[in-house]
Parts: sequence; structure tokens; C-alpha cells
Amino acid sequence: MKAGSGSDRDLILRVCNLGMNFGGLRALDDVNLNVKEMEIVALIGPNGAGKTTFFNCIAGIYEPTDGDILIPGHAGGRMQRINGLKPNQVTERGLARTFQNIRLFQNMTVLENVMIGRHCRTKAGIAGAVFKGKRTRAEERLIVDTSYNILAEMGLADHVNEFAKNLSYGAQRRLEIARAMGTEPLLLLLDEPAAGMNPQETAELVALIRNIRTSQGISILLIEHDMKLVMSLSERIYVIDYGRKIAEGTPEEIKDNPVVIKAYLGEELFDA
Amino acid sequence: MFKLSEIKKSIYVSLWFVFLTFPLMVIHINPIEKLVEWRWRNMIMVGVGSFVLSFVWRYLIGRKELGNKRAFEGNAIKTSFRSLVAEKKKLFLPVMIVTGIFIIIFPHVVSLYQTNIMISALIYVMLGLGLNIVVGLAGLLDLGYVAFYAVGAYSYALLNYHFGFTFWMVLPIGALLGALFGIILGFPVLRLRGDYLAIVTLGFGEIIRIILENWSEFSFGPSGISNIPRPSLFGVELSIHGAAIYMYYIVVMLCLLTIFVVRRLQDSRIGRAWIALREDEIACQAMGIDKAKMKLTAFALGATWAGMGGVVFAAKTTFVNPASFTIWESIIILCIVVLGGMGSVIGVILGALVLILLPEYLRAFSEYRMLVFGALLVVMMVFRPGGIVSDVRKTYKFERKVE
Repeated sequence: MKAGSGSDRDLILRVCNLGMNFGGLRALDDVNLNVKEMEIVALIGPNGAGKTTFFNCIAGIYEPTDGDILIPGHAGGRMQRINGLKPNQVTERGLARTFQNIRLFQNMTVLENVMIGRHCRTKAGIAGAVFKGKRTRAEERLIVDTSYNILAEMGLADHVNEFAKNLSYGAQRRLEIARAMGTEPLLLLLDEPAAGMNPQETAELVALIRNIRTSQGISILLIEHDMKLVMSLSERIYVIDYGRKIAEGTPEEIKDNPVVIKAYLGEELFDA
Repeated sequence: MFKLSEIKKSIYVSLWFVFLTFPLMVIHINPIEKLVEWRWRNMIMVGVGSFVLSFVWRYLIGRKELGNKRAFEGNAIKTSFRSLVAEKKKLFLPVMIVTGIFIIIFPHVVSLYQTNIMISALIYVMLGLGLNIVVGLAGLLDLGYVAFYAVGAYSYALLNYHFGFTFWMVLPIGALLGALFGIILGFPVLRLRGDYLAIVTLGFGEIIRIILENWSEFSFGPSGISNIPRPSLFGVELSIHGAAIYMYYIVVMLCLLTIFVVRRLQDSRIGRAWIALREDEIACQAMGIDKAKMKLTAFALGATWAGMGGVVFAAKTTFVNPASFTIWESIIILCIVVLGGMGSVIGVILGALVLILLPEYLRAFSEYRMLVFGALLVVMMVFRPGGIVSDVRKTYKFERKVE
């Protein structure tokens, strides 16, 4: 990893002055955020602060009203703007996401779920499907093998042939990450990966996310409410409230930041 | 006590049925003698019949629920199904050979009438398999599928009428035109799904029919186009019987082609993407699948078979008019897919054969034919909601261990 935080060189994601309006409601206002190579960054904030809106803007579900979302261009060239691209185009450019409320393909097997993730990295077309030539068969075999390897790494090897809907909750969360990994991302966007998990599952998840980062060399941006997870996992934290960034820094800095404490606990609430 | 409540329930059921069927079964108006007959005997029969049947019905429902519970608690049904599949593998070759021989000798041992209804049933197999791509795999509820069927049929009729194109020339053209219309319909409905999509496609189907009915200069209006030639066999003119047999073999070959292509598509990268699209559109897109492209592919590839089916239909009946392409046809094709089992090739084939052949063979019941047919559909959906062949999608299995 290169040192130096000022340059664009080691940035995987750069969000400048992002704003999003829903009619008259300003859901995001002037948010800046950077993610560096192989960094784990957390985005936190009270309920309704605009975290998921922020994610949806990056992932292409919403088109931001103003601001820029930049990711590295080809071969380390200038950064390219990805505002307004469709979700699938964003994924093709190396940003993969998971969902807050699990959105697996329930009636497909665990393996097939990850195979869908491989879709944008493979290219057999209609003719390939019908004639099933050598190249298509090789590609299919490769898809299955790669998918299996990803599942093995995520500790889901025992469940490959089960239907996604039959997995336990924690395993479904992990499968969502595995599916996102199938798209070979540069940056993994995790929307509340630990929601609904018990402490043991959360601990396993922390280890897993760290492991992904080191073995795959990718960056991770996560939204999370579980402060223990956020503090132990992330290297930098951004805090937003009412669509505005109110703080950023290392976990230690954030923990003692009075603005953050106020946003989370409020002032009047103590008296009430 | 328990028994008593059941009897009470059955009495209510039979009373309800007596009430419902009263005007139809009991009152009989004789317009010539200006008399009203009261057929009380029929009322008693309906009452007793529905009383008994309600017990049978309850027993069957109970058994079905027991089955569901068993499947939920353990793998009782699953294992039995698995052993069936394992047996099937052993039986596969002999069954295929027997079916193959049956298919080949069929038109030679049965009457012309039987051959003809089998031809239409096989056309519906093609249509069902085509619609299965759209509805069963990609999960796009298309109620205007008959439009593509009409496109195919009219493309043969018109190209033949104006330019003298032969059946074999038009067959691929019809398929292409079907696909083209599939894409044309696909574009405006890309954003829609579920009920909205169904309504728009329904409208599209009707638009095509109404155009054909009213644009007389183009399509000759409701009188249609007649004297469409049957496919020729190397220029040899065949007798009516011979032509039917030839037609039968053509349809069988086209069905085999459809089955082959649809199965290949289903087990491919594209088929997987369709299934994912059906399961969750947003997640599908987030995984890098181009939603618009996949939907258009599904519409186009589904409509291809309808276009081909239309060409075959025009050649078989030697006459086309808009009355053959009503919404009812779309509904029947959709029924074939749903009744057969969404997404299952074998299911759709069985569904088409049952739905098209059954009304023919039920002619023995004369005016009660459609009543019996409807009752069978209801019973079918109650006891096998997933279709005749449900939930047997071939899933990708990882068998080889990575060492």
C-alpha cells in the first residue's frame, strides 16, 4: 500500500459534495467520502440519517441530484464519474453491494446465487447456450469452480447445493457477501451486514470481512449499527446525520466526538 | 361430535350447490308448449351428490395437508421423490424409445381426426414452451402472447399470397418476425412488472387482433386469407391424409427443436440470469445483470416460437382470420404453462397435451364438456398448485471435490 492520503492514486472511491433530493426533502447534503485501497471504512449515523440513500446513490439505484462519485479509471488513469450509471454498470466497474434486508435468490441454490454474481464477468450468449461449444462448456466449468472457491472461503462449502431460503440467517448474510464477491469487486459495499446476528455470528463476520480484505485485496465500505463491530473492524469512520456529514476520523476520535454523541443520544432526551 | 360437525358442513355445502344449480338443473322451460317443468329429481341428485362429494373432497384435502406437513417436518416426500428420479434414470432410455416409437407410428395407426388434433396439441406444446421462457423463467406475465402467434400466421399467409413464398421459406422469417415483435413489445414494458405488465401485454395482444380485423387492405379483415398452401414435400402434391401425416412429422421435429433449444437456454448463463430476474429484480441488477437486455432477450426468444407456431398453424388450417387469435388463446397458453408447472419443460408438454386433447376427448360429455374441463382445472390447481410437474428444476450441483 502506498502512503500519502492527499493524492488520488490510492483512492478506490471518491465522493465529492454528494447531494440527493426527493422532491422537497434533502436526503443527502454535501457529503464527502473517500475510500482508499484495502481500507475498511464505516458509515454510521442514527436511523433515517441517509446512510442507505448514500449507498443507493453509489450503487446506481438513485441518481444523485448533485455531486460526483468517482472511481479509478482504466489502468490507473484519471478517475471516472459513475453518477447515473445503472446498477449493473456500476457492478461491472467493480462496486458490489449487499442489501440491508436480505435479497438472495431464494429459490436458487447457494452455488447458483454465486454463479449469478459471475454473470458480468462471463460472456456466453444465446448462440453459446444453444450450441454449447467447447468455449461455453469451459466457461461454465470455470464459473462453477470459481463460485465454489468463493463459497469455500466464506465457510459455506457444506451448503453449496442447498436452496438459499433453507440457510440460517447468518449463513444467508454470508451468502450475500459471497454473491457480491462473485462479481470480482474492487470495493465491497455492505449494508448492515451484522443486522440480526447474535454476538458469536458477529464475531465470525468480523473475522470473515478482515479475511476478505487481506486475501482479495479489496476495500470495504460498510453501514452498520453494531458499534462494537464498527469500532473493531473499521479503520476510518464517517458519521452522517440528517443527510450531512458531521464527523470523520479513526474509531478513537469518533468515540469521543461530542457532535456524534449528541447526534446519537440527543441532549433533551436526558431530561425526558 | 366431530363427525356431527362434518355432516353439518356437508349439509350446508349440498344446500349451497342445490341453490346454485337450481335454475339450471331444476327449472326447465318448454317454450313450445309454454310450460315450466320442475325437475325435483335433479335437485335431490345434486343435493345427495354434493353431500357425498364434499366428504371425498375433505378427505383429499386432509391427505394433501398431511403430505405438506410431512414434507415440512421431514424429508419423507423428498426421499421418495428422489428414489423416483433415480429409478427414472434407469427407465429413461426404454421410456424414450417407447415414446419415440409411439410418436413415429402414431399418425399411421389413428384416424385423420386424431392426427389433426395431435398436430394442434403439438403446436400448443411449442407455444407453451415459448411462453414458458417469458413467464416461467423470466417471470414476466405476458397475456398478449397470441399476438406473436398471429404475426407468424399472417406472415406466412401474406407472404404467400403476395409473393408466393413457400412454407419452408417463411418458417425462419416468421420466427424472426416473432422475435422482432417481441422486442417491439418489450421496449415499452421494460419498466413494468406483475399486474401492470400483464395489462399492457393484454392490450398489445388485442391491438394486433383489432388491426388485423380492421385494416382490410392489409389483412383482408375478418374474412381472413384462405387457400394457404400446405408445406410441399419436394414439390410432390400430397393427399389430405398424406399432408396431415407430413404436417405431423414437421410439427414433431419443430417441437423437438423447441425442447432442445429451450432446455439448453434454461441450463445456460442466460437461463440463470432469467431465473434470477424472476426471483429478485433489484438484486439481479445489483449483481451486474443488465435487466433490460435480459427482459428483451426473454421476450424475443419466447416470441420466436410463437412466430414459428403461427406459420405452422396457417399451413395446417390453410386459412387464417383474426378470430383465431383472441385473448382466449393467450389464456389457454398461459394455462398450459401454469398447469404444466412453471419453468418445467416436461410439465409444459404434459400441460399442452392435457389442455388441448382433453376438451376433444371430453366431447362424449357433449354440453357438459367445458363444465367438466373447468372442474378439472380447479381440482388440479387445488391439489397440485405448482402444476403437473412442479419444482423439478435442474439445479447446479457441485459434485467434484476440490483437493
